[in-house]
Amino acid sequence: MERTSYVVMFTLGMTVLVALLLSALFYGTKDQAAINEDVFNKRAILGAISDHVEKDVKSMSDAEVLGIFNDQIEQVVLDMDGAVVDGIKAEKVDMAKEKKKPEMDRKLPLYVYNKPGGEKFYIVSIRGNGLWDEIWGNIAIANDFSTVAGASFDHKGETPGLGAEIKDNPVFARNFKGTKIYDADGNYTSINVRKGGAKNKTHEVDGISGATVTADGVSEMLYRGIKYYQPYFKKLKTGKGKPIGMLVE
Amino acid sequence: MAEATTAAKSAAAKSEPLFGKKEKQLITDPLYDNNPITIQVLGICSALAVTSLIYPSLVISVAVVFVCGFSSLITSVLRNRIPKSIRMIVQLVIIATLVTVVELSLKYFSYPVYKDLSVYIGLIITNCIVMGRLEAFAMANRPWRSFLDGIGNGLGYGAILLLVAFFREFFGKGSLFAGSPAEMKIIGPNADYFINTMAESGIGSMFSWYSNNNLMVLPAAAMFLIGIFIWIQRSRTPKLVDVS
Repeated sequence: MERTSYVVMFTLGMTVLVALLLSALFYGTKDQAAINEDVFNKRAILGAISDHVEKDVKSMSDAEVLGIFNDQIEQVVLDMDGAVVDGIKAEKVDMAKEKKKPEMDRKLPLYVYNKPGGEKFYIVSIRGNGLWDEIWGNIAIANDFSTVAGASFDHKGETPGLGAEIKDNPVFARNFKGTKIYDADGNYTSINVRKGGAKNKTHEVDGISGATVTADGVSEMLYRGIKYYQPYFKKLKTGKGKPIGMLVE
Repeated sequence: MAEATTAAKSAAAKSEPLFGKKEKQLITDPLYDNNPITIQVLGICSALAVTSLIYPSLVISVAVVFVCGFSSLITSVLRNRIPKSIRMIVQLVIIATLVTVVELSLKYFSYPVYKDLSVYIGLIITNCIVMGRLEAFAMANRPWRSFLDGIGNGLGYGAILLLVAFFREFFGKGSLFAGSPAEMKIIGPNADYFINTMAESGIGSMFSWYSNNNLMVLPAAAMFLIGIFIWIQRSRTPKLVDVS
Protein backbone atom coordinates (compact mmCIF):
# COMPACT_ATOMS: atom_id res chain seq x y z
CA MET A 1 0.00 0.00 0.00
CA GLU A 2 1.32 3.43 -0.91
CA ARG A 3 1.84 6.21 1.54
CA THR A 4 -1.11 8.54 1.79
CA SER A 5 1.04 11.53 0.90
CA TYR A 6 1.98 9.87 -2.40
CA VAL A 7 -1.67 9.20 -3.22
CA VAL A 8 -2.59 12.80 -2.45
CA MET A 9 0.30 14.18 -4.50
CA PHE A 10 -0.51 11.91 -7.41
CA THR A 11 -4.15 12.97 -7.34
CA LEU A 12 -3.26 16.64 -7.17
CA GLY A 13 -0.70 16.38 -9.95
CA MET A 14 -3.08 14.48 -12.16
CA THR A 15 -5.92 16.90 -11.57
CA VAL A 16 -3.82 19.97 -12.32
CA LEU A 17 -2.32 18.41 -15.43
CA VAL A 18 -5.66 17.27 -16.83
CA ALA A 19 -7.31 20.58 -15.99
CA LEU A 20 -4.56 22.55 -17.73
CA LEU A 21 -4.60 20.31 -20.76
CA LEU A 22 -8.34 20.39 -21.23
CA SER A 23 -8.76 24.10 -20.59
CA ALA A 24 -5.96 24.86 -23.05
CA LEU A 25 -7.66 22.68 -25.62
CA PHE A 26 -11.03 24.26 -24.89
CA TYR A 27 -9.75 27.80 -25.32
CA GLY A 28 -7.80 26.84 -28.39
CA THR A 29 -10.85 25.46 -30.14
CA LYS A 30 -13.45 27.85 -28.72
CA ASP A 31 -13.51 30.48 -31.46
CA GLN A 32 -13.68 28.06 -34.33
CA ALA A 33 -16.34 26.06 -32.49
CA ALA A 34 -18.42 29.22 -32.06
CA ILE A 35 -18.15 29.97 -35.78
CA ASN A 36 -19.09 26.40 -36.58
CA GLU A 37 -22.13 26.64 -34.35
CA ASP A 38 -23.20 29.94 -35.91
CA VAL A 39 -22.94 28.54 -39.42
CA PHE A 40 -24.72 25.38 -38.33
CA ASN A 41 -27.67 27.35 -36.96
CA LYS A 42 -27.86 29.60 -39.99
CA ARG A 43 -27.71 26.64 -42.30
CA ALA A 44 -30.68 25.17 -40.43
CA ILE A 45 -32.61 28.42 -40.93
CA LEU A 46 -31.78 28.40 -44.63
CA GLY A 47 -32.96 24.79 -44.68
CA ALA A 48 -36.51 26.14 -44.34
CA ILE A 49 -36.20 27.97 -47.64
CA SER A 50 -34.05 25.40 -49.40
CA ASP A 51 -36.28 25.50 -52.48
CA HIS A 52 -35.77 29.22 -52.86
CA VAL A 53 -32.04 29.57 -52.57
CA GLU A 54 -29.81 28.99 -55.56
CA LYS A 55 -27.75 26.15 -54.21
CA ASP A 56 -28.38 23.05 -52.16
CA VAL A 57 -28.10 24.25 -48.57
CA LYS A 58 -26.17 21.16 -47.51
CA SER A 59 -23.44 21.65 -50.09
CA MET A 60 -23.06 25.38 -49.51
CA SER A 61 -19.75 26.49 -48.09
CA ASP A 62 -19.68 28.28 -44.75
CA ALA A 63 -18.94 31.56 -46.51
CA GLU A 64 -21.95 31.18 -48.81
CA VAL A 65 -24.26 30.57 -45.87
CA LEU A 66 -23.00 33.69 -44.11
CA GLY A 67 -23.17 35.59 -47.39
CA ILE A 68 -26.88 34.92 -47.87
CA PHE A 69 -27.46 35.91 -44.28
CA ASN A 70 -25.66 39.19 -44.75
CA ASP A 71 -27.10 40.15 -48.11
CA GLN A 72 -30.59 38.73 -48.36
CA ILE A 73 -31.88 38.20 -44.87
CA GLU A 74 -33.25 40.84 -42.55
CA GLN A 75 -33.36 39.99 -38.91
CA VAL A 76 -36.22 41.23 -36.79
CA VAL A 77 -36.95 40.58 -33.15
CA LEU A 78 -40.55 40.76 -31.96
CA ASP A 79 -42.22 40.77 -28.61
CA MET A 80 -45.33 38.77 -27.86
CA ASP A 81 -47.62 41.65 -28.88
CA GLY A 82 -46.12 41.75 -32.31
CA ALA A 83 -44.10 44.91 -31.79
CA VAL A 84 -40.56 45.12 -33.15
CA VAL A 85 -37.89 45.12 -30.47
CA ASP A 86 -35.07 47.42 -31.46
CA GLY A 87 -31.40 47.00 -30.80
CA ILE A 88 -31.10 43.24 -31.01
CA LYS A 89 -30.46 40.85 -33.86
CA ALA A 90 -32.60 37.79 -34.30
CA GLU A 91 -29.59 35.49 -34.31
CA LYS A 92 -28.77 36.64 -30.78
CA VAL A 93 -32.08 35.37 -29.46
CA ASP A 94 -31.45 32.08 -27.70
CA MET A 95 -34.60 30.03 -28.24
CA ALA A 96 -33.69 27.59 -25.47
CA LYS A 97 -33.55 30.42 -22.95
CA GLU A 98 -36.69 32.09 -24.30
CA LYS A 99 -38.60 28.85 -23.84
CA LYS A 100 -37.84 28.93 -20.11
CA LYS A 101 -39.27 32.44 -19.69
CA PRO A 102 -42.93 33.09 -18.96
CA GLU A 103 -44.84 33.25 -22.23
CA MET A 104 -45.50 36.98 -22.15
CA ASP A 105 -41.82 37.92 -21.77
CA ARG A 106 -40.49 35.92 -24.69
CA LYS A 107 -38.73 37.41 -27.66
CA LEU A 108 -39.34 36.02 -31.11
CA PRO A 109 -36.67 35.92 -33.80
CA LEU A 110 -37.92 36.47 -37.34
CA TYR A 111 -35.81 36.13 -40.46
CA VAL A 112 -37.14 37.80 -43.57
CA TYR A 113 -35.65 36.37 -46.73
CA ASN A 114 -35.75 38.63 -49.77
CA LYS A 115 -35.53 36.33 -52.71
CA PRO A 116 -33.84 37.90 -55.70
CA GLY A 117 -36.82 38.80 -57.85
CA GLY A 118 -38.95 40.29 -55.14
CA GLU A 119 -40.55 37.39 -53.29
CA LYS A 120 -40.45 37.44 -49.53
CA PHE A 121 -40.40 34.64 -47.02
CA TYR A 122 -40.88 34.95 -43.30
CA ILE A 123 -38.90 32.35 -41.39
CA VAL A 124 -40.15 31.80 -37.86
CA SER A 125 -38.35 29.83 -35.17
CA ILE A 126 -40.28 27.44 -32.98
CA ARG A 127 -39.31 25.23 -30.10
CA GLY A 128 -41.09 22.52 -28.14
CA ASN A 129 -40.71 19.14 -26.50
CA GLY A 130 -40.18 15.80 -28.16
CA LEU A 131 -40.05 12.44 -26.45
CA TRP A 132 -36.69 12.68 -24.70
CA ASP A 133 -35.74 16.29 -24.95
CA GLU A 134 -36.35 19.52 -26.77
CA ILE A 135 -37.12 19.76 -30.46
CA TRP A 136 -37.08 22.87 -32.59
CA GLY A 137 -37.57 24.03 -36.11
CA ASN A 138 -37.72 26.86 -38.60
CA ILE A 139 -40.79 27.38 -40.73
CA ALA A 140 -40.77 29.59 -43.81
CA ILE A 141 -44.09 31.29 -44.48
CA ALA A 142 -44.83 32.86 -47.84
CA ASN A 143 -46.00 36.38 -48.46
CA ASP A 144 -49.69 35.48 -48.02
CA PHE A 145 -48.87 34.72 -44.34
CA SER A 146 -50.54 31.35 -44.61
CA THR A 147 -48.74 29.08 -47.06
CA VAL A 148 -45.74 27.21 -45.71
CA ALA A 149 -42.84 27.46 -48.11
CA GLY A 150 -40.59 25.04 -46.31
CA ALA A 151 -39.50 23.76 -42.94
CA SER A 152 -36.50 22.34 -41.17
CA PHE A 153 -36.39 20.54 -37.85
CA ASP A 154 -33.83 19.47 -35.34
CA HIS A 155 -33.79 17.83 -31.95
CA LYS A 156 -31.58 17.28 -28.97
CA GLY A 157 -31.98 13.61 -28.25
CA GLU A 158 -34.77 11.88 -30.15
CA THR A 159 -34.34 8.21 -30.99
CA PRO A 160 -32.30 7.68 -34.16
CA GLY A 161 -34.45 6.10 -36.84
CA LEU A 162 -37.67 7.06 -35.03
CA GLY A 163 -38.13 10.55 -33.60
CA ALA A 164 -34.86 11.68 -35.10
CA GLU A 165 -36.43 11.22 -38.52
CA ILE A 166 -37.92 14.70 -38.18
CA LYS A 167 -34.40 15.90 -38.92
CA ASP A 168 -32.78 12.99 -40.74
CA ASN A 169 -35.55 12.34 -43.19
CA PRO A 170 -35.80 15.12 -45.76
CA VAL A 171 -39.25 13.89 -46.81
CA PHE A 172 -40.77 14.76 -43.43
CA ALA A 173 -39.81 18.41 -43.76
CA ARG A 174 -40.58 18.46 -47.49
CA ASN A 175 -44.18 17.39 -46.80
CA PHE A 176 -44.78 20.71 -45.08
CA LYS A 177 -44.31 22.59 -48.30
CA GLY A 178 -47.60 23.93 -49.57
CA THR A 179 -49.56 23.38 -46.36
CA LYS A 180 -51.46 26.31 -44.93
CA ILE A 181 -51.70 27.61 -41.39
CA TYR A 182 -55.06 29.30 -42.02
CA ASP A 183 -58.17 27.60 -43.36
CA ALA A 184 -60.37 29.05 -46.08
CA ASP A 185 -62.42 30.99 -43.54
CA GLY A 186 -59.37 32.67 -42.10
CA ASN A 187 -59.22 30.63 -38.88
CA TYR A 188 -55.84 29.72 -37.49
CA THR A 189 -55.46 25.96 -37.80
CA SER A 190 -51.70 25.41 -37.80
CA ILE A 191 -50.45 22.12 -39.22
CA ASN A 192 -51.02 18.77 -37.65
CA VAL A 193 -48.66 15.82 -37.88
CA ARG A 194 -51.06 12.95 -38.27
CA LYS A 195 -50.35 9.42 -37.22
CA GLY A 196 -51.32 7.03 -39.98
CA GLY A 197 -50.93 9.56 -42.75
CA ALA A 198 -52.29 12.96 -43.68
CA LYS A 199 -55.96 12.98 -44.57
CA ASN A 200 -56.21 16.67 -45.33
CA LYS A 201 -53.08 17.66 -47.19
CA THR A 202 -53.65 21.36 -46.64
CA HIS A 203 -53.35 21.26 -42.88
CA GLU A 204 -51.79 17.88 -42.17
CA VAL A 205 -48.57 16.04 -42.89
CA ASP A 206 -47.70 12.34 -42.57
CA GLY A 207 -46.54 11.23 -39.17
CA ILE A 208 -43.64 8.90 -38.54
CA SER A 209 -44.55 5.38 -37.49
CA GLY A 210 -42.97 4.53 -34.17
CA ALA A 211 -42.51 8.17 -33.23
CA THR A 212 -45.93 9.25 -32.08
CA VAL A 213 -44.76 11.30 -29.12
CA THR A 214 -42.21 13.22 -31.16
CA ALA A 215 -44.81 13.84 -33.87
CA ASP A 216 -47.31 15.10 -31.30
CA GLY A 217 -44.56 17.35 -29.97
CA VAL A 218 -44.03 18.74 -33.45
CA SER A 219 -47.78 19.42 -33.84
CA GLU A 220 -47.92 21.18 -30.50
CA MET A 221 -44.79 23.18 -31.21
CA LEU A 222 -46.12 24.26 -34.61
CA TYR A 223 -49.48 25.30 -33.22
CA ARG A 224 -48.08 27.33 -30.36
CA GLY A 225 -44.89 28.58 -32.00
CA ILE A 226 -46.42 29.92 -35.21
CA LYS A 227 -49.30 31.46 -33.26
CA TYR A 228 -46.87 33.69 -31.39
CA TYR A 229 -46.04 35.44 -34.64
CA GLN A 230 -49.63 36.08 -35.69
CA PRO A 231 -50.06 39.54 -34.08
CA TYR A 232 -47.13 40.79 -36.13
CA PHE A 233 -48.28 39.11 -39.31
CA LYS A 234 -51.71 40.65 -38.85
CA LYS A 235 -50.14 44.07 -38.65
CA LEU A 236 -48.16 43.41 -41.82
CA LYS A 237 -51.26 42.15 -43.60
CA THR A 238 -53.27 45.23 -42.74
CA GLY A 239 -50.32 47.43 -43.53
CA LYS A 240 -50.05 48.89 -40.05
CA GLY A 241 -46.69 47.38 -39.18
CA LYS A 242 -43.41 49.09 -39.51
CA PRO A 243 -42.59 48.33 -43.12
CA ILE A 244 -39.79 45.88 -43.29
CA GLY A 245 -38.19 44.80 -46.46
CA MET A 246 -37.29 48.32 -47.40
CA LEU A 247 -33.65 47.48 -47.30
CA VAL A 248 -31.83 50.51 -46.02
CA GLU A 249 -29.23 51.22 -48.63
CA MET B 1 17.86 -4.13 -7.92
CA ALA B 2 15.21 -2.02 -9.53
CA GLU B 3 17.67 -0.88 -12.16
CA ALA B 4 18.65 -4.44 -12.92
CA THR B 5 15.05 -5.45 -13.59
CA THR B 6 14.43 -2.45 -15.84
CA ALA B 7 17.59 -3.28 -17.75
CA ALA B 8 16.48 -6.87 -18.11
CA LYS B 9 13.07 -5.73 -19.23
CA SER B 10 14.38 -3.38 -21.87
CA ALA B 11 16.71 -6.10 -23.12
CA ALA B 12 13.77 -8.42 -23.43
CA ALA B 13 11.83 -5.73 -25.23
CA LYS B 14 14.66 -5.26 -27.69
CA SER B 15 15.00 -8.91 -28.50
CA GLU B 16 11.31 -9.12 -29.43
CA PRO B 17 10.12 -7.74 -32.74
CA LEU B 18 7.97 -4.62 -32.63
CA PHE B 19 5.16 -6.32 -34.45
CA GLY B 20 5.56 -10.05 -33.94
CA LYS B 21 3.10 -12.88 -33.68
CA LYS B 22 1.93 -11.95 -30.21
CA GLU B 23 1.36 -8.35 -31.21
CA LYS B 24 -0.60 -9.46 -34.22
CA GLN B 25 -2.72 -11.65 -32.00
CA LEU B 26 -3.50 -8.71 -29.77
CA ILE B 27 -5.15 -7.04 -32.74
CA THR B 28 -6.80 -10.06 -34.35
CA ASP B 29 -8.01 -11.96 -31.28
CA PRO B 30 -10.61 -9.39 -30.25
CA LEU B 31 -11.97 -9.40 -33.79
CA TYR B 32 -13.23 -12.94 -33.45
CA ASP B 33 -11.99 -15.40 -30.84
CA ASN B 34 -12.05 -12.93 -28.00
CA ASN B 35 -14.51 -10.38 -29.23
CA PRO B 36 -15.39 -7.87 -26.51
CA ILE B 37 -19.08 -7.96 -27.36
CA THR B 38 -19.88 -11.52 -28.37
CA ILE B 39 -17.41 -13.34 -26.10
CA GLN B 40 -16.62 -11.04 -23.21
CA VAL B 41 -20.11 -9.52 -23.43
CA LEU B 42 -18.80 -6.04 -22.61
CA GLY B 43 -20.02 -2.77 -24.06
CA ILE B 44 -23.49 -4.16 -24.70
CA CYS B 45 -25.23 -0.99 -23.54
CA SER B 46 -23.87 1.21 -26.31
CA ALA B 47 -24.14 -1.62 -28.83
CA LEU B 48 -27.88 -1.52 -28.24
CA ALA B 49 -28.21 2.24 -28.18
CA VAL B 50 -26.25 3.58 -31.14
CA THR B 51 -26.62 0.85 -33.74
CA SER B 52 -29.85 1.88 -35.43
CA LEU B 53 -27.83 3.62 -38.14
CA ILE B 54 -24.44 2.76 -39.64
CA TYR B 55 -23.00 6.23 -39.81
CA PRO B 56 -23.18 7.12 -36.10
CA SER B 57 -21.97 3.60 -35.30
CA LEU B 58 -18.96 4.18 -37.50
CA VAL B 59 -18.08 7.47 -35.84
CA ILE B 60 -18.55 5.95 -32.38
CA SER B 61 -16.37 3.00 -33.35
CA VAL B 62 -13.56 5.25 -34.51
CA ALA B 63 -13.86 7.24 -31.29
CA VAL B 64 -13.79 4.08 -29.18
CA VAL B 65 -10.73 2.76 -31.04
CA PHE B 66 -9.00 6.05 -30.31
CA VAL B 67 -10.04 6.26 -26.66
CA CYS B 68 -9.42 2.58 -26.00
CA GLY B 69 -5.98 2.59 -27.65
CA PHE B 70 -4.65 5.73 -26.05
CA SER B 71 -6.13 5.20 -22.60
CA SER B 72 -4.48 1.76 -22.59
CA LEU B 73 -1.21 3.34 -23.66
CA ILE B 74 -1.30 6.06 -21.03
CA THR B 75 -2.44 3.72 -18.28
CA SER B 76 0.29 1.27 -19.18
CA VAL B 77 2.98 3.95 -19.15
CA LEU B 78 1.82 5.05 -15.71
CA ARG B 79 0.97 1.59 -14.42
CA ASN B 80 3.83 1.39 -11.93
CA ARG B 81 3.17 4.87 -10.60
CA ILE B 82 -0.60 4.78 -10.24
CA PRO B 83 -1.45 4.25 -6.57
CA LYS B 84 -3.34 0.97 -6.33
CA SER B 85 -5.93 2.38 -3.97
CA ILE B 86 -7.18 4.95 -6.48
CA ARG B 87 -6.37 3.19 -9.73
CA MET B 88 -9.97 3.02 -10.92
CA ILE B 89 -10.40 6.75 -10.45
CA VAL B 90 -7.17 7.41 -12.32
CA GLN B 91 -8.30 5.18 -15.18
CA LEU B 92 -11.58 7.01 -15.30
CA VAL B 93 -9.85 10.38 -15.42
CA ILE B 94 -7.68 9.21 -18.31
CA ILE B 95 -10.70 7.94 -20.22
CA ALA B 96 -12.74 11.06 -19.49
CA THR B 97 -9.89 13.30 -20.64
CA LEU B 98 -9.58 11.46 -23.94
CA VAL B 99 -13.33 11.51 -24.47
CA THR B 100 -13.32 15.26 -23.92
CA VAL B 101 -10.52 15.55 -26.46
CA VAL B 102 -12.65 13.63 -28.96
CA GLU B 103 -15.64 15.84 -28.21
CA LEU B 104 -13.72 19.09 -28.59
CA SER B 105 -12.06 18.00 -31.80
CA LEU B 106 -15.38 17.00 -33.30
CA LYS B 107 -16.73 20.40 -32.36
CA TYR B 108 -13.75 21.99 -34.05
CA PHE B 109 -13.54 19.90 -37.21
CA SER B 110 -17.01 18.57 -37.84
CA TYR B 111 -19.74 20.39 -35.97
CA PRO B 112 -22.72 18.59 -37.58
CA VAL B 113 -21.34 15.21 -36.53
CA TYR B 114 -20.75 16.58 -33.06
CA LYS B 115 -24.37 17.70 -32.94
CA ASP B 116 -25.54 14.25 -33.99
CA LEU B 117 -23.41 12.31 -31.59
CA SER B 118 -22.76 14.51 -28.59
CA VAL B 119 -24.87 12.32 -26.31
CA TYR B 120 -23.15 9.12 -27.33
CA ILE B 121 -19.63 10.49 -27.26
CA GLY B 122 -20.06 11.23 -23.58
CA LEU B 123 -21.25 7.68 -23.09
CA ILE B 124 -17.90 6.26 -24.19
CA ILE B 125 -16.74 7.05 -20.66
CA THR B 126 -19.15 4.45 -19.38
CA ASN B 127 -18.24 1.91 -22.04
CA CYS B 128 -17.21 -1.17 -20.11
CA ILE B 129 -14.77 -2.28 -22.79
CA VAL B 130 -12.44 0.65 -22.28
CA MET B 131 -12.21 0.34 -18.54
CA GLY B 132 -12.28 -3.44 -18.71
CA ARG B 133 -9.17 -3.50 -20.90
CA LEU B 134 -7.35 -0.99 -18.70
CA GLU B 135 -8.02 -3.07 -15.62
CA ALA B 136 -7.41 -6.46 -17.24
CA PHE B 137 -4.56 -5.73 -19.60
CA ALA B 138 -2.97 -2.30 -19.51
CA MET B 139 -2.30 -2.38 -15.76
CA ALA B 140 -0.12 -5.49 -16.23
CA ASN B 141 1.48 -5.09 -19.65
CA ARG B 142 4.01 -2.93 -21.44
CA PRO B 143 2.79 0.21 -23.25
CA TRP B 144 3.15 -0.94 -26.87
CA ARG B 145 1.25 -4.16 -26.26
CA SER B 146 -1.39 -2.39 -24.22
CA PHE B 147 -1.85 0.10 -27.03
CA LEU B 148 -2.34 -2.72 -29.53
CA ASP B 149 -4.70 -4.50 -27.17
CA GLY B 150 -6.75 -1.32 -26.84
CA ILE B 151 -6.85 -0.80 -30.59
CA GLY B 152 -7.74 -4.44 -31.16
CA ASN B 153 -10.60 -4.37 -28.71
CA GLY B 154 -11.86 -1.10 -30.13
CA LEU B 155 -11.84 -2.69 -33.57
CA GLY B 156 -13.57 -5.83 -32.34
CA TYR B 157 -16.24 -3.67 -30.75
CA GLY B 158 -16.57 -1.57 -33.90
CA ALA B 159 -16.86 -4.62 -36.14
CA ILE B 160 -19.86 -5.95 -34.22
CA LEU B 161 -21.36 -2.48 -34.01
CA LEU B 162 -21.19 -2.04 -37.77
CA LEU B 163 -22.53 -5.52 -38.41
CA VAL B 164 -25.52 -4.94 -36.14
CA ALA B 165 -26.06 -1.46 -37.56
CA PHE B 166 -25.96 -2.82 -41.10
CA PHE B 167 -28.84 -5.20 -40.46
CA ARG B 168 -30.81 -2.73 -38.40
CA GLU B 169 -30.54 0.10 -40.87
CA PHE B 170 -31.05 -2.05 -43.92
CA PHE B 171 -34.18 -3.78 -42.69
CA GLY B 172 -35.41 -1.01 -40.43
CA LYS B 173 -34.99 2.00 -42.64
CA GLY B 174 -34.16 0.60 -46.02
CA SER B 175 -31.10 2.77 -46.29
CA LEU B 176 -27.38 2.51 -45.65
CA PHE B 177 -25.14 5.24 -44.28
CA ALA B 178 -28.11 7.57 -43.82
CA GLY B 179 -27.04 11.01 -42.66
CA SER B 180 -23.59 10.76 -44.18
CA PRO B 181 -22.47 11.99 -47.59
CA ALA B 182 -22.53 8.39 -48.81
CA GLU B 183 -26.22 7.90 -48.04
CA MET B 184 -27.87 5.09 -49.97
CA LYS B 185 -31.57 4.44 -50.11
CA ILE B 186 -32.12 0.87 -50.98
CA ILE B 187 -35.47 -0.57 -50.11
CA GLY B 188 -38.56 1.44 -49.49
CA PRO B 189 -41.76 0.88 -47.58
CA ASN B 190 -45.12 0.46 -49.17
CA ALA B 191 -47.64 3.24 -48.98
CA ASP B 192 -48.92 2.18 -45.55
CA TYR B 193 -45.73 3.18 -43.85
CA PHE B 194 -44.57 6.63 -43.14
CA ILE B 195 -40.91 6.28 -42.48
CA ASN B 196 -40.31 7.88 -45.78
CA THR B 197 -37.27 6.19 -47.16
CA MET B 198 -39.02 5.27 -50.35
CA ALA B 199 -36.56 4.71 -53.14
CA GLU B 200 -38.08 6.56 -56.03
CA SER B 201 -35.92 5.26 -58.84
CA GLY B 202 -33.21 2.79 -59.69
CA ILE B 203 -32.81 -0.72 -58.35
CA GLY B 204 -34.37 0.31 -55.05
CA SER B 205 -37.79 0.85 -56.58
CA MET B 206 -37.93 -2.90 -57.33
CA PHE B 207 -38.35 -3.49 -53.62
CA SER B 208 -41.19 -1.09 -53.13
CA TRP B 209 -43.36 -3.96 -51.88
CA TYR B 210 -41.20 -4.26 -48.80
CA SER B 211 -42.35 -2.59 -45.60
CA ASN B 212 -39.65 -1.44 -43.28
CA ASN B 213 -39.49 -3.48 -40.13
CA ASN B 214 -39.94 -1.04 -37.28
CA LEU B 215 -38.70 -3.54 -34.72
CA MET B 216 -35.26 -3.28 -36.27
CA VAL B 217 -35.13 0.39 -35.39
CA LEU B 218 -35.75 -0.29 -31.71
CA PRO B 219 -32.89 -1.26 -29.39
CA ALA B 220 -34.46 -4.68 -28.79
CA ALA B 221 -33.52 -5.67 -32.33
CA ALA B 222 -29.86 -5.17 -31.50
CA MET B 223 -30.22 -7.61 -28.62
CA PHE B 224 -31.73 -10.26 -30.88
CA LEU B 225 -29.03 -9.69 -33.50
CA ILE B 226 -26.19 -9.87 -31.00
CA GLY B 227 -27.75 -13.01 -29.56
CA ILE B 228 -27.86 -14.54 -33.04
CA PHE B 229 -24.25 -13.55 -33.69
CA ILE B 230 -23.14 -15.19 -30.45
CA TRP B 231 -25.07 -18.30 -31.38
CA ILE B 232 -23.54 -18.52 -34.86
CA GLN B 233 -20.06 -17.83 -33.56
CA ARG B 234 -20.24 -20.46 -30.84
CA SER B 235 -21.67 -23.16 -33.04
CA ARG B 236 -18.96 -22.55 -35.62
CA THR B 237 -16.15 -22.49 -33.08
CA PRO B 238 -16.85 -25.14 -30.42
CA LYS B 239 -13.75 -24.26 -28.41
CA LEU B 240 -15.49 -21.05 -27.39
CA VAL B 241 -18.30 -22.93 -25.66
CA ASP B 242 -17.94 -22.90 -21.93
CA VAL B 243 -17.82 -26.57 -20.90
CA SER B 244 -18.81 -25.92 -17.33
